Amino acid sequence: MSPAPSTAVPADPAAAPPPSDPVVAMTGITIQFPGVKALDDVSLRLFPGEVHALMGENGAGKSTLIKALTGVYAYDAGTVTLGGAEQRFTTPADAQAAGISTVYQEVNLCPNLTVTENIVLGREPRRAGQIDKRASRRRAQRVLQELHLDIDPRSVLDSHPIAVQQLVAIARAVDIDARVLVLDEPTSSLDAGEVAELFRVVRSLRDRGVAILFVSHFLEQVYEISDRMTVLRNGRLVGEYRTAELPRTQLVRAMIGRELATLEDLERAGTRPVEAGAVPRLAASGLGRKGAIEPADVEVHAGRVVGLAGLLGSGRTELTRLLFGADRATSGRVEVDGKPVRLRTPRTAIARGIAFLSEDRKGEGVVGDLTVRDNVLLALQARRGWLRPIPRRAGDEMVARYVKALDIRPADPGALLRNLSGGNQQKVLLARWLLTEPRLLLLDEPTRGIDIGAKAQIQELVARLASEGMSVLFVSAELEEVLRICDSVVVLRDHHKVADLDASDATLDGVVDLIARGNARD
Amino acid sequence: MTDRPASDPAARRPADGLVARARRSPVLWAVAALAVLLLFNLVANPGFFALRFQDGHLFGNLVNVVKNVAPVLLIAVGMTLVIATRGIDLSVGAVLAISGSVAFTIVEGADDPSSGGTAALAIGVALAAGLVLGAWNGFLVSVVGIQPIIATLVLMTAGRGIAMLITDGNIVTAENPVFDWLGGGYLAGVPVQIVITGLVLLLVAVLTRRTALGVLIEAVGVNPAAARLAGVRARSITFTVYVFIALVAAVAGLMVTANVSAADANRAGLFIELDAILAVVIGGTSLAGGRYSLTGTVIGALILQTLTTTVLTMGLPDEYIRLFKAVVIIMVFLLQAPRVRAALGRRRRRDPAPPAAAPDGGPGPVAASAPPDEAPAASPATVPGTVPGRSPQQEVLR
Repeated sequence: MSPAPSTAVPADPAAAPPPSDPVVAMTGITIQFPGVKALDDVSLRLFPGEVHALMGENGAGKSTLIKALTGVYAYDAGTVTLGGAEQRFTTPADAQAAGISTVYQEVNLCPNLTVTENIVLGREPRRAGQIDKRASRRRAQRVLQELHLDIDPRSVLDSHPIAVQQLVAIARAVDIDARVLVLDEPTSSLDAGEVAELFRVVRSLRDRGVAILFVSHFLEQVYEISDRMTVLRNGRLVGEYRTAELPRTQLVRAMIGRELATLEDLERAGTRPVEAGAVPRLAASGLGRKGAIEPADVEVHAGRVVGLAGLLGSGRTELTRLLFGADRATSGRVEVDGKPVRLRTPRTAIARGIAFLSEDRKGEGVVGDLTVRDNVLLALQARRGWLRPIPRRAGDEMVARYVKALDIRPADPGALLRNLSGGNQQKVLLARWLLTEPRLLLLDEPTRGIDIGAKAQIQELVARLASEGMSVLFVSAELEEVLRICDSVVVLRDHHKVADLDASDATLDGVVDLIARGNARD
Repeated sequence: MTDRPASDPAARRPADGLVARARRSPVLWAVAALAVLLLFNLVANPGFFALRFQDGHLFGNLVNVVKNVAPVLLIAVGMTLVIATRGIDLSVGAVLAISGSVAFTIVEGADDPSSGGTAALAIGVALAAGLVLGAWNGFLVSVVGIQPIIATLVLMTAGRGIAMLITDGNIVTAENPVFDWLGGGYLAGVPVQIVITGLVLLLVAVLTRRTALGVLIEAVGVNPAAARLAGVRARSITFTVYVFIALVAAVAGLMVTANVSAADANRAGLFIELDAILAVVIGGTSLAGGRYSLTGTVIGALILQTLTTTVLTMGLPDEYIRLFKAVVIIMVFLLQAPRVRAALGRRRRRDPAPPAAAPDGGPGPVAASAPPDEAPAASPATVPGTVPGRSPQQEVLR
């Protein structure tokens, strides 16, 4: 199953003369898990004052390498040196004490504590055996100021959006006085403005000589922020490159080891016309919910893909949830195939042939402790009711078919879903809904936080489903993706629908303009 | 990708190695603890295992263990389902007391206390009371959305008061052949209570494992939001498990009351909710909800009861029972604890779950197909601010 090695870009460490001695040097790291070599002779060098991107598809070994560096996993072979001295961290606390701080993809702070408490947690200044609250706040204040962050240290963390929580996590790392900062997918749930803010902070840390390891699926961001990158594939090192010297196509090739034809192939041969007088499969008029989304009209015809574009918090998720009955609308009407429907619960929506893939994969999609098989069959089984279990053999057959069709790896229906990578979890959730043979598929950020390969597969799938007559509502923060896949685009801004464009009229700049300025054509 | 056909999981599973899978199973440790306990009895008092067949009935310590376990086991079966949905029911002892009080108050006040009709009426009303109380709990938890521990605490506190009101504060005694039979009767040589408990167990096993109910319950327990969005009737399922556990608690109430021919509103089933929860947890079902094991619960209940019987047959005063329970339970939990198990088997990898990191095109799904029981160990260390892996033990000891 491995891609042909012949297409690999040869590693050429000599191409990148180091500016100084690396602060971290991992050499020959090998980690053997039962039955699999998760990492095989991988090296990584982090230099002070540089942003280093760790690239690779899901399952390439990025997380494992980070965990080896931060003391979460033990490695079987290889060495790690920090500032020239060999180290062997056995716990994350060791690594942290040595100056390696990690900010994970999902913010790992305590949401119910204040910003101050989160920043100083575990290292609180004490006075007479008690936590000195005033000193804590001063310290938090100072760190936040250093990073030019306007966050009230007394506010409860939970009251801030994810982006701010992420910045607090970084502030915590700064407070530790980290020499190395590891950012594992920090941007996957941030919008453009928030990413810019994060990058400003990252750059200021870099300028102070911190070595930063940055992991992201967004190539744009990697090229924007990183100075150097290390590419992994299938647990092996492909090479270390200077970002400026590695063209994008080369990078993608290095990551996936084959020409990424699929992404280009997706260019659609023009949009499918809507037949005059055709009844839309879904027609919502004036659909809204107080405080979440102002009344908006949406129409999706059979075989069409409608995109929802807008920034995080623009109401795109809120609108999609209303169409599934996940939240209840406070205004408006919905018609499915011309018949009025009241979408009060997901069950009523499912009964009308609507399926919904939530943007919150972990919180609202993945049933982690159940197997891939149980997860795939869940929606179908729920619709049949508990008294009519899917016969074992039929279930096995259906699951096997979708595991194969969607290329779910590992191809093991008995694996627990939580043990799969993000992209594969997403495919399992897609399989769950496709099995119910929906007529309208609501996809909220289906490609977020998953690797390029899986992303292309999902995009391809959407295009194919539409050509087979399924209607799709496609929400994505990536405008290129929306424009590439969709037949028409609904643009949202600040909880308002501001435009409804045909994809053939829409340009990237035009949509960006609408999102930014919201030239509502009322 | 895999050396075994992916299309045939049934054929694949045994190949994981029964021994390896069993070693990681908390149920196994519970079985081992039970075995050790029985072994201890074999040495310490050989009479423990003596079985007599007298007047067509079975007698002996083992029979007593199984018979006396009936009320706890009944409730523990219900508790397993409640815990699987991430819930807990503290009110079962109170429901048990109410059920017994209702039944015996009816029998005592009847014109003909010893008639079969009176008994039928008493049993019917007691079970109906159980249904109503269960519906109340279920309503608070699934409709109002109160945390289960709080919602059922209401009835736990109020329930015995209600029972006292029903019995006027007295211990109600009554004689009725049906209840005598329920308390000490035999069916085909086996105590009636064992038969009833066995039937309920069988019914639950068939209802949840032969239909899709078990998976749906687990889905609700693992991720309620995801289950709801997938179209699972999460609310109805939650409501139903609370009604069910109250119903079995009412049955247990009839048994306990029949055992002593008296309804004691104050003491009947005191702390039985804790024993039931213990049985479930010893059996390897996590208080965090999700996957559950009925077999584990049965073993857990048997361990508790064997302990009690052991202490009593050794002639120790029954004050020691709770102490002994504590010691044995701690030992079982330690054996199940991921850290202790890791320490016992150093040869095993420090981190057994490399899931997302496994190379996609890798040689096989070995790592990712680790059985569920392996999972709690998957969080190898406690990163500041991360949530450590949950395990039933940690939940209980917390």
